[in-house]
Amino acid sequence: MAANPQLNSHGELQHLLSIEGLPRAILEQILNTAESFVGVTEREVKKVPLMRGKSVFNLFFEPSTRTRTTFEIAAKRLSADVINLNIAVSSQTKGESLLDTVANLSAMQADLFVVRHGSSGAPYLIARHVKPHEHVINAGDGRHAHPTQGLLDLYTIRHYKKEFGALTVAIVGDVLHSRVARSLIHGLTTLGAPEVRVIGPQTLIPAGIAALGVRVFHDMRAGLKDCDVVMMLRLQNERMAGPLLPSAQEFFMNYGLTAEKLALAKPDAIVMHPGPMNRGVEIDSPVADGPHSVILPQVTFGIAVRMAVMSIVAGN
Amino acid sequence: MSLLIKGGRVIDPASGRDEVGDVYVDKGRIAEKKGKADETIDARGLVVAPGLIDLAARLREPGQEYKATLASEMDAAVAGGVTSLACPPDTHPPLDEPGLVDMLRRRAKALARARVYPVGALTVKLAGERLTEMSVLAEAGCVAFSQSNVPITDTQVLWRALQYAATFGYPVWLRAEDKWLSREGVAHDGDMATRLGLAGIPAFTETIALATILQLVRATGARVHVCRLSTAAAVDMMREAKKQGLPVTCDVGIHYVHLSEMDLGYYDAHCRLDPPLRSQRDRDALASGLADGTIDCAVSDHAPVDEDQKQLPFAEAETGATGLELLLPLALKWGAARKLPLARTLARVTSDAARILGVQSGRVAPGAPADLVVFDPDEAWRVIPAALRSQGKNSPFLGYELAGRVRATIVAGNVVFRQG
Amino acid sequence: MRAKLPDAEALLPKLAAELKGRITPATAMIGLHTGGVWVAERLHALLALTAPLGVMDIAFYRDDYAKEGLKHDPKRTKIPFEVEGRDLLLVDDVLYTGRTVRAAMNELFDYGRPRSIALAVLADRGGRELPIAAQHAGAVVEVPAGKRLRLKRADDGRLSLELEDGG
Repeated sequence: MAANPQLNSHGELQHLLSIEGLPRAILEQILNTAESFVGVTEREVKKVPLMRGKSVFNLFFEPSTRTRTTFEIAAKRLSADVINLNIAVSSQTKGESLLDTVANLSAMQADLFVVRHGSSGAPYLIARHVKPHEHVINAGDGRHAHPTQGLLDLYTIRHYKKEFGALTVAIVGDVLHSRVARSLIHGLTTLGAPEVRVIGPQTLIPAGIAALGVRVFHDMRAGLKDCDVVMMLRLQNERMAGPLLPSAQEFFMNYGLTAEKLALAKPDAIVMHPGPMNRGVEIDSPVADGPHSVILPQVTFGIAVRMAVMSIVAGN
Repeated sequence: MSLLIKGGRVIDPASGRDEVGDVYVDKGRIAEKKGKADETIDARGLVVAPGLIDLAARLREPGQEYKATLASEMDAAVAGGVTSLACPPDTHPPLDEPGLVDMLRRRAKALARARVYPVGALTVKLAGERLTEMSVLAEAGCVAFSQSNVPITDTQVLWRALQYAATFGYPVWLRAEDKWLSREGVAHDGDMATRLGLAGIPAFTETIALATILQLVRATGARVHVCRLSTAAAVDMMREAKKQGLPVTCDVGIHYVHLSEMDLGYYDAHCRLDPPLRSQRDRDALASGLADGTIDCAVSDHAPVDEDQKQLPFAEAETGATGLELLLPLALKWGAARKLPLARTLARVTSDAARILGVQSGRVAPGAPADLVVFDPDEAWRVIPAALRSQGKNSPFLGYELAGRVRATIVAGNVVFRQG
Repeated sequence: MRAKLPDAEALLPKLAAELKGRITPATAMIGLHTGGVWVAERLHALLALTAPLGVMDIAFYRDDYAKEGLKHDPKRTKIPFEVEGRDLLLVDDVLYTGRTVRAAMNELFDYGRPRSIALAVLADRGGRELPIAAQHAGAVVEVPAGKRLRLKRADDGRLSLELEDGG
């Protein structure tokens, strides 16, 4: 098996492609650095000069305003220059190949590529072909990984729960298609969370998920019992009526988070969601806006976490 | 022209003969020695065996000359010790018309390298709707009929196609794949696909389709050769089917007895194959099945792919691996790992394949066609693009060192390849 | 012959006595991680300052990021008072090239505009590479080539100056 493409020969992070395969020490370094950046985002001058003169290219092959915006904000708060490229790729049009696009940008003196792509593994292909001083951050590839989301989720959990060593975490919904779920699972198991659960219908739970170290529940009430953290996944429109699920309404009936179901978790359980929420499908409004919800803080932490990732990676 | 291959370790897998001796070739056939030979090959320290017979090698002509040409792939074949090959009908256009078949055979004959046996399309354009004119195609030279990697989804059509073929005794070569179940998948639906976030193709994609095929064989009496087994369960089903006396045979791609889903690593698109590489348990069952004869033979499933089509995200990359030049070393590696006698190892890529193809080659015996390979089983070589004559440099084994180097290849008594 | 290093504990009351004359109602103290914070904690107590102690990590303002990257886990900068209009006392353990202080001042100005900044250090070892000076230094120490001057804190809180190998 090839060497871990994310680490350089000194074992330092040179690309962030996936939480899987990262040593615990590096995850903790990112979370600790993010904590310092939270301090920066809370003061009036929210910028630090750390990455002045560096160019960050946002390469988004899949459209996304939210994620792209948070990366842009994070880069600018590091005083970096940001260039946004939205490349709509349809399977029919055979335009410039992925590697040709990257090579062209590389010729324009890029330091850091933030890449979102519809195909799992695309950032690995890019990372294999960039120059030694160029770095790749995966902003989401297919259903494989969304490491910065995983990290901000871990940061959020650490902020409210302090320690991972005694946590029961439930991830609910379309795990099959979710890169958010996979990244969070890898992060939790690396940081020592003893019980990680996935909850969903058989159609939405992938075949090999148990091998990642999680317990599978199809009954949401059983799965939520005594949980410290409940992460609700977004259900995409395309999935809601077809061979995977009959309807959004029935999904909400069985797997939607309501106050009544949440009561089965621990009294101080926190509710998370990567956003954007489908109110009434994954989660009802009283819970989304209620005292257990930490959904908005997740967004704030997301900027600090991305600042941490960029500054660590770009310095190695 | 007469040829003497002197002092080599002569192996005839069909009879089990394995001893040092001479092989004499005259007028295109293996003969008893008579007088002085026009040419001599010193085969001391080397193995002399029947030339390899590969039941699946894509030559990319007609239609895909940007990927490879007949000339380059025929060079690759004989460099790999392959003296006969069957090419699947998935050319562009597919081999569903006698004119195309005829042209292919002529071109191959003119190149005078390996023998080429075209496999005709079972349905027009491989679309799975209308039967091809199988008799006309057989007359043009097709040895069997197949859908290549495009399974028929309409079971009614499959049934009728098998009935029609059975009428005339035409062999039908089929991949066991349920197209609905494999539709979106790009990798085996197991731990690796989950970990890598790749859409999965469950094992039952193969077994469900195989059950259908076996039932239809029972109903029609068609002679079916099942291509490219990929699951342990399918091996068991074939074993049972043969025990029940069904007229079925099967093969495995040589890559599949060595590689598994684990080899995908960090999205190595050279491992993007069809069928997908499955679990280690499947791989081991395929390797055993080939050893005990449940799987009749191994093929290269040669598919040259332009490197641009492999330097893509895994799901977007084109499937296939180059294989003509790796069939021999990979077969030897498999045989050595299982500690099989060399004759049995070679049988799986010579005499057993010949039996399925229905040809006289694949034997080292007086009167047999003089299709031979002389090779050094111990000489290692590194699999790098420059070492391959095929235009397809796409291999999961790039960078590996493999043992088994061809020194000479003889087809119909002519030395068509020589090295070292 | 190796010169004897000054006793850090003895320097603290000496420094505090010097600083007393500077204290105004607008005074606030900021220690630079990590050694500067140790010194500042002691001085803050000795001077009984009303404004709470601020602590600062200059990791994001260093001038060697391009060469060294973000090497260690940065500690948090916490400034629990308004910087605007303050007479700030920056406190560090050892003053050497002046780059740390330069970075600290840049960071401070991103918090607001102080009325004045004065620098107090426990030890000044010379070797300035920038036009930076300490208004108050506990001691001037000569450091042999190839050595580093470090402040150490024992488990019981006792501070001491030590020499280590290193540039």
